[in-house]
Amino acid sequence: MTGMKTDLNMHSQVLEAELGGNGPEPEGFPGHEGELGEADTWMDKAKTLVRQNKLAAFSAVVIVLIILAAVFAPLAAPYDHLEQSLADRLQTPSMAHWLGTDELGRDVLSRIIYGARISLTIGLVPTLISMAIGTVLGMAAGFYGGKADFIIMRLADVMLAFPSLLLAMVVMYTMGGGLINIFIALSLINWASTARVVRAQTLSLKEKEYVEAARSIGVKKWTIMFRHILPNCLPSLIVLFTLNIPSAILSEASLSFLGVGAQPPSASWGLMVVRGKKYLFSEPWLCIAPSVAIMIVVLAFNFLGDGLRDVLDPYLKEQ
Amino acid sequence: MPQNESVILRHVFCKGSILPEYLQTTKDKEKERGFSVLKKVLKRILISIPVLIGVVLAIFIMLRIVPGNPVTTMMGEHVNPAVIEKVSKEMGLDQPYYFQFIKYVANALRGDFGTSYRLNRNVTQIIVEAFPHTVKLSVLAAVVAWIIGLTAGVIAAIRQNKLLDRLFMGCALMGVSMPVFMTALVLQYVFAFKLKWFPVSGFDSLNAMVLPAIVLGWNSAGSIARMTRSNLVEIMQNDFIRTARAKGLRESGVIIGHALKNAMLPVVTMMALQISSMLSGAVLTESVFGVPGIGRLAVNAIETRDMPLLQGTVIFTTVLIIIGNLVADLLYNVLDPRIREGE
Repeated sequence: MTGMKTDLNMHSQVLEAELGGNGPEPEGFPGHEGELGEADTWMDKAKTLVRQNKLAAFSAVVIVLIILAAVFAPLAAPYDHLEQSLADRLQTPSMAHWLGTDELGRDVLSRIIYGARISLTIGLVPTLISMAIGTVLGMAAGFYGGKADFIIMRLADVMLAFPSLLLAMVVMYTMGGGLINIFIALSLINWASTARVVRAQTLSLKEKEYVEAARSIGVKKWTIMFRHILPNCLPSLIVLFTLNIPSAILSEASLSFLGVGAQPPSASWGLMVVRGKKYLFSEPWLCIAPSVAIMIVVLAFNFLGDGLRDVLDPYLKEQ
Repeated sequence: MPQNESVILRHVFCKGSILPEYLQTTKDKEKERGFSVLKKVLKRILISIPVLIGVVLAIFIMLRIVPGNPVTTMMGEHVNPAVIEKVSKEMGLDQPYYFQFIKYVANALRGDFGTSYRLNRNVTQIIVEAFPHTVKLSVLAAVVAWIIGLTAGVIAAIRQNKLLDRLFMGCALMGVSMPVFMTALVLQYVFAFKLKWFPVSGFDSLNAMVLPAIVLGWNSAGSIARMTRSNLVEIMQNDFIRTARAKGLRESGVIIGHALKNAMLPVVTMMALQISSMLSGAVLTESVFGVPGIGRLAVNAIETRDMPLLQGTVIFTTVLIIIGNLVADLLYNVLDPRIREGE
């Protein structure tokens, strides 16, 4: 979770800085050096990514594999993730159970594969919702300025002032545990950093000639925003999206770990860790295996996000 | 313009107002800068006030839009309605929302966050008892984060694109990507259970504080290392670094005396952002290691459905973060001469 908040703030600040905001200077990342070349189409950009950042490309492959495993979980998992077999409880990793079995005799590997469904859904859906909210509010703040800007940005300040985990815990306290409520909690909480980035970008984009031209021929404000400004924010939004996904995944895991997130018998990774915690000193794989799964997914998205920032971000492209 | 002429013109035109720049003496400029800094500081403080009010209001609303009665949420559904009504009255929850809010803020300003429902004690008192533990943990974690982060960042920047750079930056990204509880459980298993160097949990001796501090600091160390490296790499390309090298300074002198000093500025601001993430991380670290701090208090408050305690801890923590950010912002103004002098 620390990672979540830090990263969310960090990345939004980094993007803000790159877009002319007041955040700190852009951050470094491994494997980013050398000429970026002229990349115009999305295909070209993808090729540039593969050529220049092998780790990011590898991460993309890992993510695709995890998505495939999650989608085809019934085929990929060797056992049913809910099937209990008390005779096989707490087995050490073996050929029959690659990652052992838990206290109810359920196959840990199968639960991790099914758990990927939860983690990826939590990573994608609330991130999409919160970013949609953040994008609209950020564009409106940047474009209209004045009172609208003041109110929206103060709201964003309020949201960013909270330690995100505590805020999520409060929302979960109010609404009760469960995955749907995590969706709502994370969607409500994470919009502010997107709003900040989009606002900073809108502020610079609205001064461009083509926006002025659109305005002078009487195009409506919302049309200008969605047709002229939004497409130009897309590269940053894609980068931010890739970097917000791991934050959301970590949030869910942390909330479930604290007992306010997913509820049993769900195969949420965070929940698996906290249930395995009881057996840390006798059967450590029970909590280490799902933790490693979380780490791999988060790391893959972070590497990909770093690589994408390299290729897509206009600031770095100019360097 | 000769000095005496400037002085004459100054006397002719100056009526205490702002002079054109070519007429200003150093003293005038300093005075103006002083005003602009003061204005900036005041503005920054004023901006924090609506945020503070917003934070209290947000938590207040969130805890009261519970479907049904907040007291039912606290006590469970199978409680006598008469008891629920009595408790609601005692807690003032039967009064209009705006009245409750004003009363809460007025009390909070006097340092009274209400009474804990489960522990039947003053929330402020409970927080005051738990807070030093969180401060101790956070400070130790910050020390760990700075030592690891700075060292790794500087070495990676010096050995840019070499094996060491990639290794350290890979570790840093791993530090950022590892869930706090994973670090905690792995360290607990290896150093407390297998090697028996440290106790598994508790926070009563310096030895017991080592693991929690490393767990909490590890994550921030990753961010600090990444940022230090990128800033340093950028600054090392500046002209003044070339000048420093040209005048025969040793490489260590160039890095410590010239480059690092400049690279540290954004890292200082980042440290302010880290206050927030550290307190979030503290919730997890404290619950894994059984540290009796604010984070564990919040988790306990949720487990026992103690609304006043949860409200108090969240508001207290958030206000702390806002003040921390404010101080860091002002510190940044003081540290960076470009901002200080309004360039």
